[in-house]
Amino acid sequence: MSTAVNTKKLTIVQAITDALKEMLEEDESVLVLGEDVGKNGGVFRATDGLYDLFGDDRVIDTPLAESGLIGSSIGLAMNGFRPVVEIQFLGFIYPGFNQLITHATRIRTRTQSRYTVPLTIRAPYGSGVRAPEIHSDSTEALFTHIPGLKVVIPSNPYDAKGLLISSIKDPDPVLFLEPMRIYRAGKEDVPSESYSIPLGKASRKRTGDDVSIFAWGAMVRVAEKAAEEASENGIECDVIDLRTLYPLDKEVIAESVQRTGRAIIVHEAPSTGGVSNDVMEIINDTSFLYMRAPIKKVTGYDTPVPLFTLEDDYAPDSKKIYRAIEEVTRF
Amino acid sequence: MDMNEKFPIVQLLSGDGRRTGAVCEHVTIERAKLFYEHMVFSRLFDQKAVNLQRQGRIGTYAPFEGQEASQIGSALAMEDGDWMFPTYRDHAATAAFGHSLKNIFLYWKGCIEGCVPPEGKHIFPPSVPIASQILHATGTAWAEQKKGSDRVSLVYFGDGATSEGDFHEGLNFASVFNIPVVFFNQNNGYAISVPLERQMKTKTIAQKSLAYDIPGVRVDGNDVFAVYDETMKAINRARNGNGPTLIEAVTWRYGAHTTTDEPSKYRDQAESKRRRESDDPITRLERFLEIEGAWDSSWAEQVNEEAEQKLNEAVIEMEKTVKSDEALMFDHVFGTDVWPVQEQKHRFFYEGSEKG
Ligand SMILES: Cc1ncc(C[n+]2csc(CCOP(=O)(O)OP(=O)(O)O)c2C)c(N)n1
Ligand SMILES: [Mg+2]
Repeated sequence: MSTAVNTKKLTIVQAITDALKEMLEEDESVLVLGEDVGKNGGVFRATDGLYDLFGDDRVIDTPLAESGLIGSSIGLAMNGFRPVVEIQFLGFIYPGFNQLITHATRIRTRTQSRYTVPLTIRAPYGSGVRAPEIHSDSTEALFTHIPGLKVVIPSNPYDAKGLLISSIKDPDPVLFLEPMRIYRAGKEDVPSESYSIPLGKASRKRTGDDVSIFAWGAMVRVAEKAAEEASENGIECDVIDLRTLYPLDKEVIAESVQRTGRAIIVHEAPSTGGVSNDVMEIINDTSFLYMRAPIKKVTGYDTPVPLFTLEDDYAPDSKKIYRAIEEVTRF
Repeated sequence: MDMNEKFPIVQLLSGDGRRTGAVCEHVTIERAKLFYEHMVFSRLFDQKAVNLQRQGRIGTYAPFEGQEASQIGSALAMEDGDWMFPTYRDHAATAAFGHSLKNIFLYWKGCIEGCVPPEGKHIFPPSVPIASQILHATGTAWAEQKKGSDRVSLVYFGDGATSEGDFHEGLNFASVFNIPVVFFNQNNGYAISVPLERQMKTKTIAQKSLAYDIPGVRVDGNDVFAVYDETMKAINRARNGNGPTLIEAVTWRYGAHTTTDEPSKYRDQAESKRRRESDDPITRLERFLEIEGAWDSSWAEQVNEEAEQKLNEAVIEMEKTVKSDEALMFDHVFGTDVWPVQEQKHRFFYEGSEKG
């Protein structure tokens, strides 16, 4: 980032509001829709102030129905608009899952690009805020498995703004997941003007030649913390924030593990069927002969996310990641 | 057709506690006192929970203050063996139907044990995904019908829930199969920030029964007698093989949607204040007892004291659990062991102690 740009200090959630504001200003076809996104400014205040600025025609409180929201937004998107739908928590997207998996993501193929669905769905996800039941799941892998859907997860304010703008400008459906644990984890400099970060590109958070750690969302900071501890003990980790989970950044993953020969993948989601397996596939396909240790996963368990007194036991922490670092380096 | 006329709000007591003149065998002093005890207890429970949340002793909480008559009137019309399906806002109902207070508190403290009802009580854990429980109530009642019993289900849901597909699918199934279920709607005017007028264009929720050709009734949700009587009628219809009913109890939540919500963002809280002063369900019952010459302030004091004591005991019980046992996370995923969960559990407890 050059020093010449104007910046403001924003949290992730404020950076999201800022991106929405930029897009509502820049493109008249952009609409913000959802439960409580208007007057209330969203339950996390992600759309705060937008209703006052752009009015009820463009920042729309809808009835409480996710199938209605996603299904009718498909129609809006097919007919000239760019809807940005807020699902209040990822755990509540499922009434709309049918619309997403059977329609939003297939219309381009079914009509051979005659109709397209430039739809963005935003949803907070993940554990760590002592939320009630069903509010804390990390089910990103259910969505990366849907052909025709891009899945994006920022881990910091700068990326949140740039990636959300790219998602809204993207010609196809994008699921934009927001790690609520770090929604307000700290303010960072974010350029005041509009900018975009290309989808499908990972970001290196720390450079090291001993172990590659791949993470996304709230787990990026946890991985960085483990890497700091490892560094104190002479182990240098390459920490990669994948940022887009579909499509994954194959080049960065391969380049990193070919240098380190060791890989750890971290996610809050259950182990089985996690996006970690897709990262492993890339490593297997591109870098098998470079590997010096089996790949390790540090993940949640194959259990429903527990109620909050156990949520810290469920999600990976820096200790669990540190143990994995020791394991792959001692192998 | 004017739906406000077709579905008039049923009242047995007017706002000032007077009998409306409608004849009803249930309007007795004895029952008024029973309702009063439950409603006072519920309100103290709710206030206690909000305070516990403020002190960080429980997590986010969804208060129901103002909705006590809707919940108590309906819950007390149920019998043992019936099935209750609450939302996250229906603890007055579950407590009145015999749930463990300790468990109700534990649920909000983030402990899974709180989901478990007492032995022999059919109380489903609070349903968080809006409207989803409407179908489960329909299914358990369908099972009772198939077993030839006369037990029924009663399901709670809000005004916002009527927008979800699950609401309509539940009513339609119940209608098609004549299922013994009572759909008990608490219309508190808001789904978080969204007012009724944005949720639906229909004037009433009760009229949605017309689409499924089932009985629908609109009742004053702050009149505990009216709620009790209409719920009783609906339950009896269901018990006698006459199928489902949709009840709309018109009420108001005084406070925030949950303890993380700030209602002044979307509504004038002066309205809540006004309703608390002029249309409170507990005050209405007090007035009724006064008018009937049955008000006894030392009895009322005792009701309050006993409620406080019961609550304090439940809080002490709740606080004996600091957090859930970690094994509970793994032990009830399946009825028979599967290796991934077993291995993960083993790793959690033994290998390098993931507990850290
Ligand atoms: C499927 C689903 N979508 C969204 C939410 C988030 N949410 C929780 S409560 C609520 C409003 C519910 O309003 P209403 O049905 O009127 O019940 P009330 O809270 O007023 O009792 C919303 C949108 C949810 N829990 N489930
Ligand atoms: Mg409501």
